[in-house]
Amino acid sequence: MLLINCPYCGPRPELEFGYGGQAHIARPADPAKASADEWAAYLYLRTNTFGVRAERWRHVRGCARFFNALRDTTNDQILATYRSGEPPPAIAQRGLR
Amino acid sequence: MSTWRTPDGGRIDRSRPLSFTFDGRRLTGFAGDTLASALLANGVHLVGRSFKYHRPRGVVGAGTEEPNAVVRIVRDSLRSTPNVRATEVELYDGLVAESQHRWPSLSFDVGAINDALSRFLPAGFYYKTFMWPRSAWHRVYEPSIRAAAGLGQVPSGPDPDRYGQRFAHCDVLVVGSGPAGLAAALAAAASGARVLVCDEQPEFGGSLLEERAATIEGQPAANWLAETLGALGRQSNVTLLPRTTAFGYFPHNLIGLNERLTDHLAAPAAGAPRERLWQVRAREVVLATGAIERPLVFPGNDRPGVMLASAARTYLNRYGVRIGSRVVIVAGCDAAYEAALDLHAAGVGIVAIADIRAAADGPAPTAARAAGLPITAQATVLGTRGRLRVRSISFGRVTADGNIRPATTVACDAVLMSGGYTPTVHLFSQSLGKLAFDAEQQVFLPRTSAQRERCAGACRGVEGLAAVLNDGGAAGSAAASAAGHAAVPMRFSAVARDASVRGTSGALRQPGDDPPSKAFVDFQNDVTTKDLSLAAREGFESIEHIKRYTTTGMASDQGKTAGMNALGIVAAGFQRPIPEVGLTTFRMPYTPVTFGAFAGYARGDLFDPVRTTPTHDWAREHGAVFEDVGLWKRARYFPRPGEDMHAAVARECRAVRGHCGIFDASTLGKIEVVGEDAATFMNRLYVNNWSGLAVGRSRYGILLRDDGFVYDDGVVARLADDRFHVTTTTGGAARVLGMMEDYLQTEWPQLEVWLTSTTEQWAVIAVQGPRARDVIGGLVSDVDLSAAAMPHMSVARGRICGVPMMLFRVSFTGELGYEINVPADYGQAVWEAVYAAGQSHKMTPYGTEAMHVLRAEKGYIIVGQETDGTATPDDVGLSWAIGTAKPDFVGKRALARPAMQAPGRKQLVGLLTQDPAIVLEEGAQVVATSGQVPPMQLIGHVTSSYASAVLGHSIALAMIADGRRRIGETLYVPMPGGDIPVTVSAPVFYDPKGARLNG
Repeated sequence: MLLINCPYCGPRPELEFGYGGQAHIARPADPAKASADEWAAYLYLRTNTFGVRAERWRHVRGCARFFNALRDTTNDQILATYRSGEPPPAIAQRGLR
Repeated sequence: MSTWRTPDGGRIDRSRPLSFTFDGRRLTGFAGDTLASALLANGVHLVGRSFKYHRPRGVVGAGTEEPNAVVRIVRDSLRSTPNVRATEVELYDGLVAESQHRWPSLSFDVGAINDALSRFLPAGFYYKTFMWPRSAWHRVYEPSIRAAAGLGQVPSGPDPDRYGQRFAHCDVLVVGSGPAGLAAALAAAASGARVLVCDEQPEFGGSLLEERAATIEGQPAANWLAETLGALGRQSNVTLLPRTTAFGYFPHNLIGLNERLTDHLAAPAAGAPRERLWQVRAREVVLATGAIERPLVFPGNDRPGVMLASAARTYLNRYGVRIGSRVVIVAGCDAAYEAALDLHAAGVGIVAIADIRAAADGPAPTAARAAGLPITAQATVLGTRGRLRVRSISFGRVTADGNIRPATTVACDAVLMSGGYTPTVHLFSQSLGKLAFDAEQQVFLPRTSAQRERCAGACRGVEGLAAVLNDGGAAGSAAASAAGHAAVPMRFSAVARDASVRGTSGALRQPGDDPPSKAFVDFQNDVTTKDLSLAAREGFESIEHIKRYTTTGMASDQGKTAGMNALGIVAAGFQRPIPEVGLTTFRMPYTPVTFGAFAGYARGDLFDPVRTTPTHDWAREHGAVFEDVGLWKRARYFPRPGEDMHAAVARECRAVRGHCGIFDASTLGKIEVVGEDAATFMNRLYVNNWSGLAVGRSRYGILLRDDGFVYDDGVVARLADDRFHVTTTTGGAARVLGMMEDYLQTEWPQLEVWLTSTTEQWAVIAVQGPRARDVIGGLVSDVDLSAAAMPHMSVARGRICGVPMMLFRVSFTGELGYEINVPADYGQAVWEAVYAAGQSHKMTPYGTEAMHVLRAEKGYIIVGQETDGTATPDDVGLSWAIGTAKPDFVGKRALARPAMQAPGRKQLVGLLTQDPAIVLEEGAQVVATSGQVPPMQLIGHVTSSYASAVLGHSIALAMIADGRRRIGETLYVPMPGGDIPVTVSAPVFYDPKGARLNG
């Protein structure tokens, strides 16, 4: 079970959290003007990173807040967590392992 | 007592004899014995039959590595545990043990015919043999193979024992209490760190428990051990957990421990938990898991009486048991001589030492030579004899030209083997640490840690007692320091013979090129050298594939004894170095863990939470039949004596349409959307236009996902300019709130909106039917119920029976109806008052089944029944609800995609069977023409189907391609009994103008 550092509450066990998919996918500001391709990309296109990935988590059985995490998908290490709306912290990309 | 027990010595308590039975035979041991040591003390070596060939098997090891001595321990009819290693079972008075996998008896087993047929049962034989006919695999072959192969019998009733679970945090978790683990614990504890030490054995000490001559800090090892344990036990920052196996190493330094609490007791206290599962989150972990001796692979190495040299030494020094009187030792490493010397000193005859190496001149072999023990170098074992116990062994010498000199045959009653020690790297490997092959020691050692963990002692190849102690001390001190405590360096002095544990892997040299058929690599799974060679010959190259094909190292072994030898044999066969062949994955659990420990408290009533509505007790008292809706228990129908569901539902439906019914709708999700921007938020989220909704009015809302498909629906009321009361489907309550929070927090964080789930705060009592107003009129105060003042889709605050109330005029039945919302604690009292008032109006309680029929008669959809995640509002006839003038709402952009308007989409329609008595199957497919054969042209499916008592015929809702254009057409529902003709209709079957609703 992962230990996840909620930016609002501190480290808590994974079972308090819900996973929310890839982070930093902004909803187009004016959807009516988005092309079909842009809308499809917003809806469906996600990376399948082998390495460090920014993803959303929600402390659903705690403070209920969404936040973002940088997780290394190769070893499940969470390198940083930060609040929604903040840019990802600079983490030395450790490259593919 | 038998001659096999030494007159003194060992750690057993000779003042406490214990009586036990094995296969019905009454035997005696001592407190401190394991079942295995007690059996051996009685001269019993034959303890089981092998998995595939039913060969007689004896005790091989003295600990968790034991592959053969797997027995059933019986307490009573519900408390019997199969597949327990006798080497781990602590003896108690009255213990009942049975051998497994034999019939009719252990010494005469009919299944042993497999041994004679073994050349017809090679690796993967069932894949090759049972090929034809194909259909027989599931019906005949697989069941018979499984029946033949199963090990052990489980009790048929539920497990009556309790199992505990505990979470724990510590600075340093030390796994293993041998010299390295204890030194680590001492050093870590000295720094003030919170230390937890676990060991799978009942006694702490690891290899120190069988040390006789060694000294630590100038005193005998046993004394140092006792002092150290006393010191650790007195420290408040140290927790010692004996009988506790660290079975799994999980991400982020979570370690699973299994503590066994009562299995060693003759009479466990009633209600005491049998085991406890610990989930330990450790800042730092020290793995001091030691090493396990490898068997040697030679023909007949599996006869009872052939065992590991270290095991024989453990039985002698720790349990005071001689494993034989005429012993031959096959040595692949110096440590074997330790056993030879200790047994010799205890008066056991050492008939021969066959050393497979060219030379052995470490301190232990030198001492053995000085003691006059007969040593043959460059030996190889050619075979053993003896049916239920080894009687003789034949070995020869490998000459310089590679030939094997004629065999010498020696009579014996025990053969000890030692191929060197394999570091126990299971937990390290589970933590995703990287192993590397050490060419000097010829084993895999931990190299790169992946988590906050460090290995110490023999599990990372450190040899020699002093070196192991100091390695442990350094690890403990470093771990405490890494956990934020000031490091306290600790040095230890020790004197021991320190025999090398370096050996080889693979099979002993045999004459000729053909591998011998009865040289076992994996005793538990009956895998031989021949099987591995065959797999290689048949083209398997990956060690993972070879493992699965031959089953070597599988089940509880997990590489403890078989892994390195299998690797050595495969590498030799491919003529490649061992590291190039690779290593199979070490899987958790390290040793088997009972399902009870994993289940813990989550059994029976605690398996899943149950949600009940405020009127649950009333419903139960009135005979309701409940159904599960998510975690909710909902009243499905209220049968009267003699009624089945069909009759009860028909009566309930007629009552609602004819008079009035009462229904508990409390499970509907309820979310309060509050704040300055509440209307903006609702406009952006739901398809409807909320700006035009007046306070005191409500509207049917539809929520889409951004892909344009219906996600949820429900009535939304405006309680104030800045306050909406949103209802959701019962099952959708949590996910709708989650979706709302997602958009609010991450897309529109600038909106001033607060979301609160109020599902459980309100009891919702639906009163539906033409008499509804008359029923509640006398109970309600502060609300004008007249149609003019309170029309359909309006909401008012007031009181009922003096209780604060929100009253919704709303209908999911098509009748005049109200939903009375009162604080949940008043739910049942108000319900009873309403029900009492309704008696003069023939009020009838109805359940979810009648609710479903009534709403289907009106063509009201249920999200998740009519919709399936691919339906747009227009598909289900709800495009009227969309606020098309709004610039955006969730799903709007997707609805503009061409595919969303393309012809051929499935649309909601009604289906009427031409025979009114036929009720279609929900989920049945629909075709356009009769008489089709597969593959048919499917154009839609039935989503809801009921017998309507009110209408006098069956009704169905369906999603049909271009359905609205097909109204009036005849379609067919193909069923096993033939095609059922149906007529497409509009989806509203009852009161299509809605006159009753507005009454």
